[in-house]
Amino acid sequence: MSLWEYANPKKFMQTSERLLPYVAVLTAVCLLVGISWGFFFTPDDFRMGSSVKIIYIHVPSAMMAINAWVMMLVTSLIWLVRRHHVSALAAKAAAPVGVTMTLIALVTGAIWGEPMWGTYWAWDPRLTSFLILFLFYLGYMALWQAIDNPDTAADLTSVLCLVGSVFALLSRYAVNFWNQGLHQGASLSLDKEEHVSDVFFFPLLICLAGFVLLFVLLVLIRARTEIRLRRLQAIEMRERMG
Amino acid sequence: MIRLLMRDLKLAVRAGGGFGLGLAFFLIVTVLVPFGVGPGGALLARIAPGILWVGALLACLLSLDRIFQLDFEDGSLDLLATAPIPMEGVVAIKALAHWLTTGLPLTLAAPLFGIFLNLPGQGYLWIVVSLGLGTPALSMIGTFGAALSVGLKRGGLLLSLLVLPLYVPTLIFGTETARRGAEGLASSTPALMLAGITLGTLALLPFAAAAAIRINLR
Amino acid sequence: MPDLGKYSVEVLSAYGLTVLLLLAISTLTWVRSRKIRRDLEQAEARLKDG
Repeated sequence: MSLWEYANPKKFMQTSERLLPYVAVLTAVCLLVGISWGFFFTPDDFRMGSSVKIIYIHVPSAMMAINAWVMMLVTSLIWLVRRHHVSALAAKAAAPVGVTMTLIALVTGAIWGEPMWGTYWAWDPRLTSFLILFLFYLGYMALWQAIDNPDTAADLTSVLCLVGSVFALLSRYAVNFWNQGLHQGASLSLDKEEHVSDVFFFPLLICLAGFVLLFVLLVLIRARTEIRLRRLQAIEMRERMG
Repeated sequence: MIRLLMRDLKLAVRAGGGFGLGLAFFLIVTVLVPFGVGPGGALLARIAPGILWVGALLACLLSLDRIFQLDFEDGSLDLLATAPIPMEGVVAIKALAHWLTTGLPLTLAAPLFGIFLNLPGQGYLWIVVSLGLGTPALSMIGTFGAALSVGLKRGGLLLSLLVLPLYVPTLIFGTETARRGAEGLASSTPALMLAGITLGTLALLPFAAAAAIRINLR
Repeated sequence: MPDLGKYSVEVLSAYGLTVLLLLAISTLTWVRSRKIRRDLEQAEARLKDG
């Protein structure tokens, strides 16, 4: 069974309808188990105290922020090459979820950083890169909103996503270069636990799974909404024309 | 292609073409910053390269929506699409025209404005070098952004939002080059990165921008 | 509630804001889905009748 069959909107709607309840349940279970385990049942870190608990939301959200953009890049490419509408709409659907993940990563990163660095915002390479990613998401979403014709919007936002991805990678390197002179210490790598012992690792893994599943759930729902919206707009246009 | 270039240059320099706007804005930023941060010489000297770069970047940003808008509105862009020049060439010429009327004057004016900001002596060469290397990239990236938003009325704000994150690497390496040069440190690494970005954008973005124009003209 | 010690404000606000943001995107997603679904059903009904 080839993945390309799901490019057909009808098939996508049918399959996603069957999948949704399972994804929803799995998401709820993983998130509840992971976050409760992390929050209630893990010890404090000897260096960071109880603030290490923020890792259970900061790391998964940061990973999803990046993964969402990568997914948008892949689906944009598929749209440009194979013109599958479901692909283009999936990219459109993923952006708001991705931007929320980015915002969570930024906010939790800043809050976590405050007791460590003494300031809410430090131009740490990682946080700065996420701020730039946040701007990329905003621009992408704004472009979708600004263009009336759906196919034109899909094309232009796909081109933006492609070019933006190259510049996002470039920015990562540039920002590391820009900040290297100020902080040499390892204290900045908040999401690299040198000794990720099992005690921290398993709840983190479950939280990761929960966030991934939440992303999938929300994007499935949003993509279905976008497909319905396209059909709605087609009907309304036909009504308007006569 | 030369004729297209001359035409765009002439349009830009004419009254209402916005040629002086970029320079005027650059001047405004340069004059306002000391009022904002205080006239302390040492502080100004430290931030001068950065301020000059940010001012140049914002001035470039101002004139971006002009690149395709007028031609789009009166139908000349459709004509250009059918001309024997490939759209990639048209886009490159537009970017060049933008640079000649914005980036280049800013680069040349920078030393003068540097005086207001107490730029250290060694910094004058490096601000010109860094702006000279970097402003072509700003023009080309801006042209890409303008190509994406060409069909939109009042797309200026969206254009700024789209282009801003794309400008970050150029800005970082540009200011690093200028700052290190002003402080007498080795600045070859950021300068090379900057040159690399400019060459890369000049080589690749015309294709992306041409694709965007073609999409918008459909 | 575990003893969060001196970082209790940070940890609680981080978790709290996260839950808020996740609830926000989930609610917005769900509400928009319902609205568009309703609008489409109405439009399709009009199509069938008209």
